[in-house]
Amino acid sequence: MISARLTVNDEEREIAFWPSDTLLFVLRERLGLTGAKPGCLNGDCGACTVNVNGTAMKSCLMLAVEGMNQTIRTIEGLKDSPIQHAFIEHFAFQCGYCTPGFIMNINSLLKKHPNADDSTIKEFLSSNICRCTGYQEIEKAVKSLLKINREDKAGLPNDE
Amino acid sequence: MLPYDFDYYLPKTVEEGVRLFQQLEREGKIPVYYSGGTEIITLGRLNLVETNAVIDIKAIGECKEFTIKDQQLIVGSALSLTAVEEKNVFPLLSKAASGVADHTARNKITVGGNICGQIFYREAVLPFLLTDSHVVIAGKNGLRQTPIHQLFKRNLKLQKGEFLVQLHTDRRFLRMPYVCVKRRQQWDTGYPLITVAVLKKEDETRIAISGLCPFPFRAFEMEKSIQQVGPLGDRIQEALRHVPQPVLDDVEGSSGYRVFVLEQMLQDLLRELEGNHP
Amino acid sequence: MGLIGKSVFRKEAWEKVTGTARYTADYPATDSLHAKIVVSPYAHAVIKSIHIAKAKEVFGVRAVITGEHFPLTGEEIRDRPVLAKNKVRHHGEAVALVVADTPQQAKRAAELIEVEYEQLPVVHSPTEALKPNAPLVHEQLGSYKKEDRVYPEPGTNVANRTKIRKGSMERGWNLSEVVVEERFSFSPSDHAAMETRCSTAEIHPDGNVYIMTSSQAPFMVKRLIHDYFGVDIGKIVVETPLVGGAYGGKASIQLELLAFIASIAVGGRKVRILNIREQDMLTSPCHIGLDATVKLGSTRDGKIQAAELLFLFDGGAYSDKGADLNRAAAVDCTGPYDIDHVWCDSLCVYTNHPYAAPFRGFSHSELLFTVERTMDVLADKLGMDRLQLRYINAIRPGDTTPTQVKLNKSNVGNLPECIVRLKKMIDWDMGMIQDLGNDKLRVKGVSCIWKTSTIESDAGSGVTLSFNPDGSINLISGVIEIGTGTKTILAQILAERLKMDIRMVHVQMKVNTQSTPEHWKTVASRGTFMAGRAVLAAAEDLIEQLKSIASCVLRVQAADLEVGYGKVFLRDEPETHLDIKDVAYGYVYPNGNGIGGQIIGRGHYNLRRLTYLDKETGAGKPGPEWSVGAQAVEIEYDKKHLTYRIVRAFSAVDIGTVLNEKAARGQVMGAMSMGLAFGGRETFVFDEWGRVLNPQLRTYRPLRYGEHPEYHVEFVVTPQLDAAYGARGAGEHGLMGMPAALGNALSLAAGVKLNELPLIPEQIWKMKQKEGHSHASL
Repeated sequence: MISARLTVNDEEREIAFWPSDTLLFVLRERLGLTGAKPGCLNGDCGACTVNVNGTAMKSCLMLAVEGMNQTIRTIEGLKDSPIQHAFIEHFAFQCGYCTPGFIMNINSLLKKHPNADDSTIKEFLSSNICRCTGYQEIEKAVKSLLKINREDKAGLPNDE
Repeated sequence: MLPYDFDYYLPKTVEEGVRLFQQLEREGKIPVYYSGGTEIITLGRLNLVETNAVIDIKAIGECKEFTIKDQQLIVGSALSLTAVEEKNVFPLLSKAASGVADHTARNKITVGGNICGQIFYREAVLPFLLTDSHVVIAGKNGLRQTPIHQLFKRNLKLQKGEFLVQLHTDRRFLRMPYVCVKRRQQWDTGYPLITVAVLKKEDETRIAISGLCPFPFRAFEMEKSIQQVGPLGDRIQEALRHVPQPVLDDVEGSSGYRVFVLEQMLQDLLRELEGNHP
Repeated sequence: MGLIGKSVFRKEAWEKVTGTARYTADYPATDSLHAKIVVSPYAHAVIKSIHIAKAKEVFGVRAVITGEHFPLTGEEIRDRPVLAKNKVRHHGEAVALVVADTPQQAKRAAELIEVEYEQLPVVHSPTEALKPNAPLVHEQLGSYKKEDRVYPEPGTNVANRTKIRKGSMERGWNLSEVVVEERFSFSPSDHAAMETRCSTAEIHPDGNVYIMTSSQAPFMVKRLIHDYFGVDIGKIVVETPLVGGAYGGKASIQLELLAFIASIAVGGRKVRILNIREQDMLTSPCHIGLDATVKLGSTRDGKIQAAELLFLFDGGAYSDKGADLNRAAAVDCTGPYDIDHVWCDSLCVYTNHPYAAPFRGFSHSELLFTVERTMDVLADKLGMDRLQLRYINAIRPGDTTPTQVKLNKSNVGNLPECIVRLKKMIDWDMGMIQDLGNDKLRVKGVSCIWKTSTIESDAGSGVTLSFNPDGSINLISGVIEIGTGTKTILAQILAERLKMDIRMVHVQMKVNTQSTPEHWKTVASRGTFMAGRAVLAAAEDLIEQLKSIASCVLRVQAADLEVGYGKVFLRDEPETHLDIKDVAYGYVYPNGNGIGGQIIGRGHYNLRRLTYLDKETGAGKPGPEWSVGAQAVEIEYDKKHLTYRIVRAFSAVDIGTVLNEKAARGQVMGAMSMGLAFGGRETFVFDEWGRVLNPQLRTYRPLRYGEHPEYHVEFVVTPQLDAAYGARGAGEHGLMGMPAALGNALSLAAGVKLNELPLIPEQIWKMKQKEGHSHASL
């Protein structure tokens, strides 16, 4: 067991965990942040995606110890963001299990590419699986958020 | 979730990394070098990787280097694939790397991790094989630099306790014409059925392939056939006679189908690179 | 209020986009032990011995369980041990269970259990299973306890056989001038819900059993734990929070049983089992496979006279819901066509594959793949337009189904209209093939769909409504929110009926079998139909109570009162009214006298006038209504590489009244996406020992973003008269015709008959090879 501090959603938290614990496990079982979901524990489905220094990361593919001295943001750290509104307005989820992962991936995408083209959107979003929608709804939600399509150019949380 | 525990080390220098490995081994531990760690985590959960001491090389400066020095592009082994793609100094490398796994996973997977992995495909090595790059290896006696062809025979032949620090590529190669195409069993996601990278160096056509066999390789023998004079179809048929064995025959595709796909791909790629050549 | 058809946002929307939505594994487990399953590496083998000593020594291990003393389980035939006993029958079958303080300890111990096996010959397919000398998957088939209407054939691998005998085949063939026959085959695959199954169980000292599970059928969990283990049914409480995708896979009761026996083993302490993805695919039940032969006969002008169908469903190692799946396929075996002479044998066959759960569409996408592919073959042989053939034979009011149900304007949708609509949507008259040059073709494929829901003949659904002091209403229904948005639809139905603001309807998402009225199972696109009716009944109950109090206060007859807009008012004099909030908790007179109390409404709906099928002919009324539709895909095919991409996908479906436009579109598109993935890529790949080689999402690949086509969905509206506001089921239909439409487009494009799934380029290549096309000639 090691005792360490992790910065998650703008809070510094001190917790004890094993070096072999994945970030996903620590977020869920030690910090009670269950927004990141286990879907495969194998880096395949993207349901556990969080942002680390503003970059999308599959938290099942990362050790918690690798998260030390990094800025970690989970879905719980996104409040009233345009992405969340867009997902609701465009019916971009059904069962909702993949949703936190998609939203965190999109959060990173829009930070890096505020006017992402189709191929960039595809490159990012094909990292996640949604089994319920036909993806067309998610596509519409994302495209509604591109800077060129938005009135307000309000910022998204910036962890870079 | 890993079923076992390990100690975690984060050395700051190459020397410290190497020393840690030796020390841990002396203590009876089973150390492994860790860079992106994705394979250690995913195979570890299936007990296919065993370790009780992880040495993370991400904090070692040399492993994160990405510069051009003395006409050489230096690529640190612990750089993530997406970091290399975004810099896009070496477009062929960007292209080959972008075929690995998916974008989010590539934020974690590193160049060195991909090249040194157990996975069959390891597409990130193809550009380095095509450009006769050099590898910089850290070991007991410090750093050594070796042509990749000497060390990469189906996989990177590292001695125990060694790790890949950098890859050096002559900058002249960076802008040479290339094509790199990944074909999958179906549509746009999944492992490669076949990935073919072709580089044109003046009159020379260089070919490297992943997914055909259980290892990526530079197709020297096939290149010779392609270099011959004659109709492209004949040269490809000749090249196919030099496909290394075994050809993969698995969930992604049968060996017969793989060869069919390879043939099609060679036709397309070579036609593209050779212009209007028959 | 005009809420019908309106795209109301789902009630749990903010929960789901903020990570606060809780699924079973999100509930804290600090008071819980954890179980891991040891599974069989073989498909068919005798268990010689199991050594658990080493596992027991692992720190934190509280129990190690093997299969000796548990009852046999199974919904129709009790053929399945909770943990394998004596032999294993499929790769991934649960053999032992370890319970420990942490999941890591349980996993470590599970890996130390040594099981000695002796491999047995493997039954690889239903066709093989029926061969005379095929190994038997169940030697004791004759001795199993079973329900009355399932017909296993002891001494063989047949778990169930459903027969359809309609008209006279002799006459049918005599009338047929053109006959075609095709064979089809595909292996089992998986639901691959993003949330892997998870169950916890605990048994309190008073004997009460508490289970929390990600399930479509918590009420069935309760019944079956009672049936299998003899626990008093009232002592079993099952909770189901939000479910992260189900698609039929969570309608089977499996992991709950393991959690329950694990809890027994540790003296009733709480035990959680969260499936890892690999075991979710292999150990928990999967999506059924099928071998089929379809023979159709028609007159030269395209009127189909006879259909002979043999469905051999690959039920896998255990019959469970497989025996119901084969029955449902028999019921709709002809596809949505009026055919007078029908012979069908639909079998659930045992093999050494993972066993089957329901899958969205309940065997209809499977049977329709075979029938709709054959329809194209028939159209070609007749030289007839493919949609025209379907139009001529389309099922209509007045026709009878294979089980001889006479259809009317309410119990069947309007298929001819769906076909007409589809024709326009896809520019059918522009032709099926467009040559784009460069070896590329644009090709269209079509298919028609229908389905009735063959659930229990008296299945029911209940709803309770309770007022809050502000006049808002709590809506409690046993429907599980698996992603379909049904609970939001129920709120719409209620708000529409009471002419109230939908924001004043509070929906309880979680189901607790002790406090939530039963909804049979959240399956078969029956949520909106059955629970919708129950909501309306409960609303009537509320209204009656509101009127009763108001009539007293206002000194008028209840019959003269109306309820709506937050008020109870006199019909002819609306200004004479009471606010509902002043009645909802009873009314207090100015002098302090109180009458009434919190108003609680209750309502239920049970399916009615459904019958069992006759054993010999299949005659009977198995479902309340048939939804219909016509679908198409447009692909871009590369003649040189034999590859393709799906460019557009179309559905014209008759789901009756559309209650929530965007939600309905979402259901149809999502189902289409799943159907395309099933048709185009998804399958378990088995090796020569019957092991599944791809039980991970990196090798078993659902559709990803960017692989999706453009979706076009249109609704034809034929209201179902006995449904709430005329809405038909909509959850499954988008899926059902996709594999067939894709197969039809691709067969046309490639010029070879593609009758196997999935439709990957290698299959085209193989067929081309078989047909003697050398690739040099392409």
